[in-house]
Amino acid sequence: MQVTVKLFAFFRDGRFKEEGREYPPGTTVGDIVNSLGIVRDEVGVVLVNSRQAGLEAAVAENDAVAIFPVIGGG
Amino acid sequence: MTEKIFRVNMTDLTTSVEDVPAAWAGHGGRGLTSTIVAAEVEPTCHPLGPKNKLVFAPGLLSGTVAANSGRLSAGAKSPLTGTIKEANSGGTAAQFLARCGCKALIIEGQPKGDGWYSLMVTPDGVTISEEKDLIGKGNFAVAGALESRLPGKGLITIGPAGEMKMAAANISVKDPDGGMRSNGRGGLGAVMGSKKVKFIAIDPRDGKVEIADPEKFKEANRTFAKALVGHPVSKALGQYGTNVLVNIINESGGLPTRNFTLGQFEGHEKISGETMYDTIIARNGKPKHNCHPGCVIQCSQVYNDASGKKITSGFEYESIWAMGADCCIDNLDQIAEADRLMDDIGIDSIETPVAMGVAMEAGVLSFGDGSGICRVLKEEVAKGTPLGRIIGNGAASVGRAYGVTRVPVVKNQAIPAYDPRAIKGIGITYATSTQGADHTMGYTIATNILGVGGKVDPLTKEGQVELSRNLQIATAAIDSTGMCLFIAFAALDDQNCLPALIEMINARFGIALTGDDVVSLGQYILKTERAFNLAAGFTNLDDRLPDFFYTEPVAPHNVVFDFSGEEIDTFWNF
Ligand code: SF4
Repeated sequence: MQVTVKLFAFFRDGRFKEEGREYPPGTTVGDIVNSLGIVRDEVGVVLVNSRQAGLEAAVAENDAVAIFPVIGGG
Repeated sequence: MTEKIFRVNMTDLTTSVEDVPAAWAGHGGRGLTSTIVAAEVEPTCHPLGPKNKLVFAPGLLSGTVAANSGRLSAGAKSPLTGTIKEANSGGTAAQFLARCGCKALIIEGQPKGDGWYSLMVTPDGVTISEEKDLIGKGNFAVAGALESRLPGKGLITIGPAGEMKMAAANISVKDPDGGMRSNGRGGLGAVMGSKKVKFIAIDPRDGKVEIADPEKFKEANRTFAKALVGHPVSKALGQYGTNVLVNIINESGGLPTRNFTLGQFEGHEKISGETMYDTIIARNGKPKHNCHPGCVIQCSQVYNDASGKKITSGFEYESIWAMGADCCIDNLDQIAEADRLMDDIGIDSIETPVAMGVAMEAGVLSFGDGSGICRVLKEEVAKGTPLGRIIGNGAASVGRAYGVTRVPVVKNQAIPAYDPRAIKGIGITYATSTQGADHTMGYTIATNILGVGGKVDPLTKEGQVELSRNLQIATAAIDSTGMCLFIAFAALDDQNCLPALIEMINARFGIALTGDDVVSLGQYILKTERAFNLAAGFTNLDDRLPDFFYTEPVAPHNVVFDFSGEEIDTFWNF
């Protein structure tokens, strides 16, 4: 299935900003994180279609998955 | 050096140095400014009249080597909101005031004539001088002139906006490199202008802050600084600044866009922290910079133009959001230029661009017109034309002048960079804050969006009132220590951080505060501030958001703010 993956802050270094990628059905957010070589502990926030999601969340066809490191501000 | 209260009476141009009353002794920063304003200012007085008082207080740990402890609180009755107000800023003034032995500087009364004055604070007290040369000048000209007149001194100043008593005028504090940090919100610059004080210079000479138990202090500071440096949020703040938030708030659908009609901005990538970082590096700027010595997080930066010349520093997410998404400007250079202009004019870089967004809706300017914003700042606001004064008095002032109903304010103060429909916790903070809409009063974004201090889903109502309450109480206490609020990310996550902070306060004063005392302090501050507001005529019905948040769904989530009045009012059940 086709999934749009967006990366932010230093997760972009050596990877990409946004890419359409193919994954098998049943893929979770955690699988995507692993497939990109991102250390799970460094993941701060994941948004699937603009909603907060955990690493265990299942991803569906045409979802937009945004992955952020631990960040803050204000 | 024993701490004293420094008092300046601008009616008869006298000054005094007083012992600290017992009831004020345990306070600093916001706790002290709010305690003094509540004790000495008539809640119903005109904020720009002789009965209002402007109070400056360094935090409990300011002037020591404690990491990130250089915040300066300023308090008064606000001309923008009519409520009590505390706004704090970085820069070197808090450290210098503390080293003068000044626990609080109280400026009261009002001179009769048209003359302007400056103040000089030293460990001996305050002297008042007449000031002629720098009247009408911008903050950078004041800082430049002061550096040649009195090199190396601390500086607190107002620009033309403060002189003209605009309700969005801020008070600016010089940083170590001549940049400006601001007591930004609520028009405190207008209060300083109403006292006819153009600037305050601070010379601590060889003054030092006494520490009751230096060994214990050093040890606690080591643990504290380690917790700050080790937290991943601190690292990201050092690299991208607070502007790292543009993309995540946009992705969450809570980035107020086009005067709060949308929750996402097409041009987000161009104004994001990531783009800003790349631009700073390409132009030989500094991605990391501190607003006062001793900060170990360094969220500030120096942003240069294409030729490598500095445009601005301390370039914050909320300011970039306001000019960027809210006014639909996707050009970071224009936003930086407007930021520098506002620092020079001495006007709040949240209130002013939100006011511009309302003016854009009214057709005064087109959305996206970045050069238009810079022109209006230079030609209208700085010069005090009628349009400049309408904008300089804030978003609500523009709404009234032009008959716009979509005016994002609470208690007249502009709502900042997080849409309360898509991020509901922050809506509770905006509604209930004792100071009008202000994200820093109870930053639920940490938990709603960033996953710091637990997780509370931003789109449900559950848990938001409690979250905002706990954060507002904790924030009031932190604002009393002189600590920059960005220590809160480490404090929420790292077990060692908060105890080390309390240990430093204990070692500084030779006392034995506990975690519970800190919570009680926060509760006391909120209740003191609220009592002032109630006596000024506010009621629970003022703790509401503007109508459109309840009736206009915001994309992409298509949600409204759906808390009833009764639900909001439960905030005060403590
Ligand atoms: S983190 Fe930023 S705001 Fe806080 S003290 Fe450091 S430079 Fe100033």
